[in-house]
Amino acid sequence: MSTAISTAEEVHTHDHDHDHEQEHHELGFIRTYIFSEDHKTIAKQYLISGILWAFLGGSLSIIFRLQLGFPGMSMEWLRPLLGGWIDESGKLDKEFYLAMVTMHGTIMVFFVLTAGLSGTFSNFLIPLQVGARDMASGFINMLSYWFFFLSSVIMFSSLFIETGPASGGWVIYPPLSALPQAMPGSGLGMTLWLTSMTFFIVSSLMGGINYICTIINLRTRGMTFTRMPLTIWSFFFTAVLGLLSFPVLLSAALLLIFDRSFGTSFYLSEIYIQGQALPNVGGSAILYQHLFWFLGHPEVYIVLLPALGMTSEIISTNARKPIFGYRAMIGSMMGITALAFIVWAHHMFVTGMNPFLGSVFMFLTLIIAVPSAVKAFNYITTLWKGNLVFTPAMLFSIGLVSMFISGGVTGIILGNSALDINLHDTYFVVAHFHLVMGAASFFGLMAGVYHWFPKMFGRMMNKSLGYIHFWFTFVGVYLVFFPMHYIGIAGFPRRYYTFTALGNDSMAAFTDMNSFISIAAIITFGAQAVFAWNFFYSIFKGKIAPSNPWKSNTLEWTTPINPEHGNWPGEIPAVYRWPYDYSKPGAPDDFIPQNVPHSATPESNLPEENAEIAREKDIDGLLGAQNESYTH
Amino acid sequence: MNYLIGLLAIVFFFLAVSVIAKSVKLNRKLSGSENEDSTVDSFNNANGIGMLIFWLLFVILGSWSFLYSKPDFLPIAASEHGVKTDNMFWSSMAVVTFAFFISNTLLFYFAFKYRFNKNRKATFYPVNHKLELIWTVIPAIVMAILVFTGWRTWRDITSQAPSNAAVIELTGHQFGWYVRYAGADDGQLGNVNYKLIDETNSLGIDFTDKSSFDDFTATELHLPKGQPVLLKIRAQDVLHSVYLPFHRVKMDAVPGMPTKFWFIPTISTDEMRAKLGKPDFNFKVNCTEVCGRGHFGMSITVFVDEPEDYKKWVAEQKPFLATNPGFLDKVPANLKAKASKYIPTEPIATDSTEAVSVN
Repeated sequence: MSTAISTAEEVHTHDHDHDHEQEHHELGFIRTYIFSEDHKTIAKQYLISGILWAFLGGSLSIIFRLQLGFPGMSMEWLRPLLGGWIDESGKLDKEFYLAMVTMHGTIMVFFVLTAGLSGTFSNFLIPLQVGARDMASGFINMLSYWFFFLSSVIMFSSLFIETGPASGGWVIYPPLSALPQAMPGSGLGMTLWLTSMTFFIVSSLMGGINYICTIINLRTRGMTFTRMPLTIWSFFFTAVLGLLSFPVLLSAALLLIFDRSFGTSFYLSEIYIQGQALPNVGGSAILYQHLFWFLGHPEVYIVLLPALGMTSEIISTNARKPIFGYRAMIGSMMGITALAFIVWAHHMFVTGMNPFLGSVFMFLTLIIAVPSAVKAFNYITTLWKGNLVFTPAMLFSIGLVSMFISGGVTGIILGNSALDINLHDTYFVVAHFHLVMGAASFFGLMAGVYHWFPKMFGRMMNKSLGYIHFWFTFVGVYLVFFPMHYIGIAGFPRRYYTFTALGNDSMAAFTDMNSFISIAAIITFGAQAVFAWNFFYSIFKGKIAPSNPWKSNTLEWTTPINPEHGNWPGEIPAVYRWPYDYSKPGAPDDFIPQNVPHSATPESNLPEENAEIAREKDIDGLLGAQNESYTH
Repeated sequence: MNYLIGLLAIVFFFLAVSVIAKSVKLNRKLSGSENEDSTVDSFNNANGIGMLIFWLLFVILGSWSFLYSKPDFLPIAASEHGVKTDNMFWSSMAVVTFAFFISNTLLFYFAFKYRFNKNRKATFYPVNHKLELIWTVIPAIVMAILVFTGWRTWRDITSQAPSNAAVIELTGHQFGWYVRYAGADDGQLGNVNYKLIDETNSLGIDFTDKSSFDDFTATELHLPKGQPVLLKIRAQDVLHSVYLPFHRVKMDAVPGMPTKFWFIPTISTDEMRAKLGKPDFNFKVNCTEVCGRGHFGMSITVFVDEPEDYKKWVAEQKPFLATNPGFLDKVPANLKAKASKYIPTEPIATDSTEAVSVN
């Protein structure tokens, strides 16, 4: 580790010697683009991996949506692709249906929204926005990506084995996941799932430690905690959440591995399956659920907080207006982070857990609505009397706020244990979390890509295609998930291949609606092709970006258009103010970047800010120490 | 079909908008009014107005779809607590729909109203503690009320079952439900042991427990209307979850950890058939915890009978021991006499030496 740091630091030292051009040529193709320690390259690796995963995860959902929307339709045309997973009658295999549901969830939650969102933007933005040359440890950061890559390869390969990938739902509750005789997907597929997730957790932890260290230790001079952009705050809380909760998932997975392979009985007790009574006694299947949801619930915020943080930044920039209630935003994120750890059992109201625990968790769960409401209202107030520029990033951010509200309010219903009895594991839950966690985070991811694409690739994405992408996605997501609430209220359980067994023609009542949802899903998914084309085309052929295309205040826009390793060719800029001085009364421009001292803007300083001018010398005085930290 | 037409209409609407917008842009380009350097382009107004139009359409289509689907969702509650939770569901829904409507309306209206105008400057308005306090306290109060009412209902639902409750055991397995009744005589379920499971004794009923002698099994669930029913829930292989949609009953079945749920059915099957005008209507038990290939089909029929019909039905059922007299061998010698009562035909030889050897 120490050698790794010094390697990275040598690069920085050379940067100061103004021969970084040469240094980079020396690194060669592999060190520059593949086993790179540059946080920007690693971020792009995460992003492109995430996009590929998202298309795979999305296409799985389209296949099972076809089955749900048009039950029993002939899938013969998919046989070249799916082979034996299409049964003799040309229909989708029932076990493969479950496998796809499982893999869709796993891929979207972990590989797209954890790695693709947090991995991309934490890596990309933390050093650029706090004013650091790179992550605290470039080497660990590189390892983090490659563990993720290894994990991806293993998970991907599980799609191609004969018994199929893990199929017991993304939560892989034992005993179903522990007993290969219970379903084919619990055989090799589950082993690969657990192996893959183990590497994934290792990757997340390495990333998280790096994010926390970088934010705490490598902030540039003057970048106090209360001058950090909300993006950085959100990445910080996300990393803390991940660091404290992913190890618990690892322990859950390890115990499951023991149960599966070494004959232990952590989760297994009194099981009679396939004509055989198993010897295991004394285990508890509920123990697994507690361990799983101890990660599983914070995981919701792990995917959502980065999206909320980036949205804060994008909305403020494009509303040309400071984010409303900066400190309340930090406070509410802090509240959400703390509460995220003590609400997990609301996923388990009807598992037979002691009802008293249910009461406690209902109480704690509904508290979390308060900081969430504060965030939503603060976003809305930020728009109020703004001067809104609807870049694609801004559109997606507004979309996020809308999804966050629409999906969030139903959380109040589901968090109520008495109401959860009927709604648990129905499409109401599916609609709820797809809006508040899936769509909201996805919109955050898209907003981030559109907003920071110019910094990533030095080129602009096509805006008109961005608008088309947004409107199709925004309308499409609502068309898919809003009607799902109705199906949920009607009591349709999730993970059902078809609803015939509900009886009483209840399926017929929603046949049209299910078809409608599926068609909307296909169109929405199709619209993502617009994005893919725009993204990959613009990397190579997009219009060259100006240095600060959105007239934004944060530090990343003070770097060259294509920053080299080390980010700033000269000194790292100092920070003198918070990042949200937009449309300040008296200022000639409608934005004042963070690196502009108050002494340079006497016309727009608020009375208390004139006191800051005296402290500017102290900030400047830290330059030596800061350079020192990169050289020793 | 209506949905398909609606969907196509929306798709074409947006295609039309994008085409119009495109031509507007071309026009402007021709007239040279486009400022290339600005981050604001000619679509800005269209996007801002689009936000408002979106929300108006959303409200119209949302309300219409709600009214259109209402007859089909949240079927009539057929249990006592179900009526309560339904009322709470709709009142909570009213509260959250209000919040949803207000905040989304403000969001989209502001997006429309404050769309970029080069003659205007945004208001520098970074904080207002009073406002923040208001929207912290109001949700907190609303949440407190919801928590309190929810907690009271939850406490009642999960309270101890009344002692006169009919005890019925539901056991989930891949892929079906076994039903066992406590029997007409002692009203208690006998022990089960998963190691005793065999082809006949699919539940593993333990015949060393005298409570199991009068237990009977069934392929359907019969419930007495208006009387408390205690479901004792088990699973044999993997997790399952008992779900009676009309009765608002849901409880996981966990191998190795018996669970329970008690409730009072209030509408008999016949009454429900009359209410819905569906002569072939039946209540169901479904599974809501994914359990493998046959998960979606794991259902049995539930009959809610008038109390006297229920009594009659119970009286007609034969204890498991009666239909499978071979299991008398498993009964310990000291209980043999008691168990023999349930053997209907000629009692099997009460040879005590043989019985002892079996034990």
